[in-house]
Amino acid sequence: MSALPRVRVVAPGAMPQRPFPDAAREALGDSQLRRNIGHATATIRDKRAKVVAELPDWEQLRDAGAAIKDRALLSLDEQLVRLEEAVTGAGGTVHWARDGGEANEIVTALVRNAGAHEVVKVKSIATDEIGLNEALQDAGIGAVETDLAELIIQLAGDVQSHILVPAIHLNRAEIRDVFARELDAEDLPDEPAALAEVARRHLRRKFLEARVGVSGANFAVAETGTVCVVESEGNGRMCTTLPEVLISVMGIEKVLASFRDLEVMLALLPRSSTGERMNPYTSLWTGVTDDDGPREFHLVLLDNGRTQALSDKVGRQALRCIRCSACLNVCPVYSRTGGHAYGSVYPGPIGAILTPQLVGVENASSLPFASSLCGACYEVCPVKIDIPSVLVDLRRQVVDEQRSRPGVGAKVSPERRAMEGLARAFSSRRGYETLQRAGRLAQWPLARGRGHIGALPGPLAGWSSARDLPVVPEQTFREWWRSRR
Amino acid sequence: MSAAREEMLGRVRQAVEDAEPPPDTCADPAYRTTLDMGGAELLDLFAGRVADYRATVTRVSGDGVADALAAACHEHEVARLGVPAGLPDRLRPAGVELVEDARLSATQLDRLDGALTGAAVGIAETGTIVLDGGPTSGRRALTLVPDLHLCVIEADQVVGLLPEAIERLQPAVRKGQPLTFVSGPSATSDIELIRVEGVHGPRTLHVILVG
Repeated sequence: MSALPRVRVVAPGAMPQRPFPDAAREALGDSQLRRNIGHATATIRDKRAKVVAELPDWEQLRDAGAAIKDRALLSLDEQLVRLEEAVTGAGGTVHWARDGGEANEIVTALVRNAGAHEVVKVKSIATDEIGLNEALQDAGIGAVETDLAELIIQLAGDVQSHILVPAIHLNRAEIRDVFARELDAEDLPDEPAALAEVARRHLRRKFLEARVGVSGANFAVAETGTVCVVESEGNGRMCTTLPEVLISVMGIEKVLASFRDLEVMLALLPRSSTGERMNPYTSLWTGVTDDDGPREFHLVLLDNGRTQALSDKVGRQALRCIRCSACLNVCPVYSRTGGHAYGSVYPGPIGAILTPQLVGVENASSLPFASSLCGACYEVCPVKIDIPSVLVDLRRQVVDEQRSRPGVGAKVSPERRAMEGLARAFSSRRGYETLQRAGRLAQWPLARGRGHIGALPGPLAGWSSARDLPVVPEQTFREWWRSRR
Repeated sequence: MSAAREEMLGRVRQAVEDAEPPPDTCADPAYRTTLDMGGAELLDLFAGRVADYRATVTRVSGDGVADALAAACHEHEVARLGVPAGLPDRLRPAGVELVEDARLSATQLDRLDGALTGAAVGIAETGTIVLDGGPTSGRRALTLVPDLHLCVIEADQVVGLLPEAIERLQPAVRKGQPLTFVSGPSATSDIELIRVEGVHGPRTLHVILVG
């Protein structure tokens, strides 16, 4: 790994506040939450599988998607400069933000310059990562989330639990109660169509009067300066079309080299994400256009830990992510705990590798372990991110980091001691066989004839609380082999 | 903010100095770039896929367009219909008030019963219509604010796959025109993943396929 100096990262939305096991235990105790998440993930899994099976060239598209993203990422300096030139040439303005704080300052100043006290926002995880809404609020500017799920979350004072459907953890009755309380919608039925109608009425006036719109970006094309937002409801079109000023905050990893790259990415994203052949609306704009859409366009390019991730030869592939959320829906861990347990706006398998890289492994050290390494995430990833391999490498980094800390804590941990002992025993035949014989004697009080060992005593109790250990057999393979000669 | 620019670009260069970017895969794609399908079959696929999104599809011959549009307006109880200024006369139905979109404000657009436009490209495999901000597609707001979108698409505008559409859209993008891909009416699945048509965009999409 190159020695890229760490810089400050301002990512309140991506910084886990407590270890995954603690948060997961709480989530698993909520049976309503488990039902909601289990139902939702199973539904999207099936939809995705159906539309993916329609395409005879899905694997070729995945290969192309991975190569397109790698091409852009590994020449990112060149692509960012081209993007800046093209956007500027088309009448837009490009801003550079090293961290979330800088991005928030840029956006706040732009909104003030436009003389606005409120902005309409289309769902953007990058702005959630940097806590833009809170920063705007501190500056006296209201940020109105317009994606239905984001609106529900905002009104409920809740936090999102899924990349694609952030309110996946709430059911219709819970949402009805939020709307009834926050929007004074009395006698509201809990039909999804009626709830969507309430959101439409509530937001229409906001859209028609908004002077500033804020969006993220799914893709930005360096060649043409074209920015792309993929969505379903039309709120994205509203936010990027009706206001006089449009501000898009985009992680630097979202850039694509060529306009043609979209022919692959727009095939991969909707099928992986919502399980549709195509999402209802995809908006592409290039700078500003006379008499059509905003008069001012600002593109804020955000680093906030991304260059750090890019310097990691194993981990950099996480930056290929197009935020489809297919890995969440197939994950046996996510589909039971839901997203809150990950403590970051990037939950699930992709979050387990992205969050530690963005905020530093020392600040999210439990996340690389929040996986059974089953590999289902890798199989569905439209840009072929090898999530299990990155997880394993991040686990190594966590252990290295703990070992390098001053003090004796990590150096004398029981796990470390046990691993060192095993490493010694496994390094010679004699050591290995001695350990087997010793194990056969020592396991006697633990196994008690059950064929497996349930609970281990002392410092190993935590490790064995969720794992069974097979017993050493009466006769090992080696002993059997010798007895036959 | 140029200090931030230089620092970010410097960090990127340092981060990727060990690596060579792979070649452009789109130059020689292994995925399908055309759909091997005859004209009639292609139009059937397009019409079927658009209808799958719960949009209405009407198929007419070239000289039946005006009648089909008038019938659609009657069906949706449209009295005032917004149209792009560049919409050809043969696509202008009789019997309704046509309001040309000469920079109408969002509030004015909100008072229309619907909008009628042409399109730039149709994609059969995904059931998608692409608007390109040109004279017949109109401004983006016109097909967004009113609750109904009547969209006329000609047979020769329909292609098989996304790569074919991207190819056709290259000139418009290079001129800086905005593109909107429309696949069915506005929808959400945010509540228990149950699809609901119509949140903020037009709740009704009616496509007239000509030829």
